[in-house]
Amino acid sequence: MSSNDTGSEVGKKSGLMNWIDDRFPLTKMLEEHVTKYYAPKNFNFWYYFGALSLMVLIIQIVTGIFLTMNYKPDGDLAFKSVEYIMRDVNYGWLIRYMHSTGASMFFVVVYLHMFRALLYGSYKKPRELLWIFGMLIYVCLMAEAFMGYLLPWGQMSYWGAQVIISLFGAIPFGIGDAVTLWLKGDYIVSDATLNRFFALHVIAVPLVLIGLVVAHILALHEVGSNNPDGVDIKAHKNAAGIPKDGIPFHPYYTVKDLFGACVFLLVFFAIVFFAPEMGGYFLEHANFVPADPLKTPEHIAPVWYFTPFYAILRAVPDKLMGVMAMGAAILVLFFLPWIDRNPIRSIRYRSLAYKVLLFTFAIAFIVLGYFGMQAPTPAGTIISRICSVIYFGFFVGLFFISKAEKTKPVPERVTS
Amino acid sequence: MSAKKKAADDSRAAVDSSIDQESLDPKRRRLLVGGMSVAGGLGAGALGVSMLASMSPSARAKAAGAPVEADISKLAPGQLLTVEWRGKPVWIVRRTADALASLENVIDQLSDPDSNEEMQPDYAKNATRAIKDEYLVVVGICTHLGCSPTYRPDLAPADLGSDWEGGFFCPCHGSKFDYAGRVYAGVPAPTNLEIPPYMYLDDNRILIGEDEGVAA
Repeated sequence: MSSNDTGSEVGKKSGLMNWIDDRFPLTKMLEEHVTKYYAPKNFNFWYYFGALSLMVLIIQIVTGIFLTMNYKPDGDLAFKSVEYIMRDVNYGWLIRYMHSTGASMFFVVVYLHMFRALLYGSYKKPRELLWIFGMLIYVCLMAEAFMGYLLPWGQMSYWGAQVIISLFGAIPFGIGDAVTLWLKGDYIVSDATLNRFFALHVIAVPLVLIGLVVAHILALHEVGSNNPDGVDIKAHKNAAGIPKDGIPFHPYYTVKDLFGACVFLLVFFAIVFFAPEMGGYFLEHANFVPADPLKTPEHIAPVWYFTPFYAILRAVPDKLMGVMAMGAAILVLFFLPWIDRNPIRSIRYRSLAYKVLLFTFAIAFIVLGYFGMQAPTPAGTIISRICSVIYFGFFVGLFFISKAEKTKPVPERVTS
Repeated sequence: MSAKKKAADDSRAAVDSSIDQESLDPKRRRLLVGGMSVAGGLGAGALGVSMLASMSPSARAKAAGAPVEADISKLAPGQLLTVEWRGKPVWIVRRTADALASLENVIDQLSDPDSNEEMQPDYAKNATRAIKDEYLVVVGICTHLGCSPTYRPDLAPADLGSDWEGGFFCPCHGSKFDYAGRVYAGVPAPTNLEIPPYMYLDDNRILIGEDEGVAA
């Protein structure tokens, strides 16, 4: 009934659409989330990365489905089946390189998406839960990437998994050893480990991930999008109840995001076709050697997107403390909405102190990422320690600065 | 928004009034809900336990953890032999006199020189961490994060410094161990390398993973 009312507003609706709407709220959902979802009109470059994340997720799911058609999760067959995909399966190389490039590019867009949230305070009230869903997606993504990296069963897959699983061994009172044994399902990383990682990588975590993405978008559409000015566009509505600074997501932002997607895909396929290994950063060289439980590669480093946290782990001289510091580095992000006590969202209207703090944090994160990739050296360890302190110092500093800082006046409506 | 909420409230009220309150027996209802919760919870718990237990090492994986035998008759002084036990590398090193002498020299630099941490059977809790001084039997897995360290018998190499007397170096995170697998102080690894249970079958054969219950 209500769908018929809205139907007359839209204008001519096809007979089929009417038939569906009487049985399923299709028009209602489309309007709520696309055609009548009003987003602020002042989105800038930073606002591409949410939509791009969704696109990479779809790329990963589709390429992943086709990879499983030829991959064999078996300690004796896994490495060979990946080589088979690369050499003998028609376009197997394309599908696999899209999937491996997609993994790295997923983190590129997600890190930029998260930095956008830091720039414009998108995690602040009323978007705390939106931020937490986002963080859960990030954690799932890390689990997904870690378990996926074991599947090619190369040397780096194998020893990377060995190192990460051993992290749980740091738990005291004998619990740690029991947990690592349980996670591996064997005394070492073995066929049993590979099989369960495959199950988790292709079924369990993707299901959770998709659920979280839906929750993330629903939460976003409930509270509405933030914007570079950090002002609430719902405060100024016209007679029809539409925010004056809002424009419907479709067609305005669908077209904008489509343009962003084109540019992104140019870069994406340039990597897929011309530099799929990205000089060892996307696919590490040691992973072209089959897994050998008796021989550790000279230098083990995780893929680049984990290295900031890995550098924090190595910076701490004590095993348990190192593992805890690494966990805390991720966990602390969940509490950001309450650590930052300043009600002003956008960096545009915040103090110089905040700007300095945020950019020092970003630089420390990148430096940690660099040293996490390098073999341990005394100088690297010292720099990693300094940057780890800066990393955690950001949150401590933010907690105090945010309450006392001198902010600029925030405009009533969005600028430009 | 508020109109929507009001409509929802109205419809709930309508449903509530349609139930004959008199015919409800709250005690009976509580018993049913409680009983269902307990039965359902037990079922879910039992299922959960079996699911989680299925991820522990299988009977086959446990069987593969049987002891292995190593022949040390051809091992030259200073040489390292790797045998696989439970999928882990176990090193047997025939230590030279110099190597054994270095064990004394490095004591100041170690974090647990007397092997007080339980990383070895009692019969290996001595100065050389071995049954026979000449042969070190040790699990070649770094106690930090499970990498396999490299054997570095070279004296004073460029990357390990001029006071390096030989031992094992983990390339992953830079942990250092002496010729008895004892960890240096100030490196990420928390404990000495693990000495597995082992026994001499005769002068030339070592059985790794079994010591006739001495270590139990």
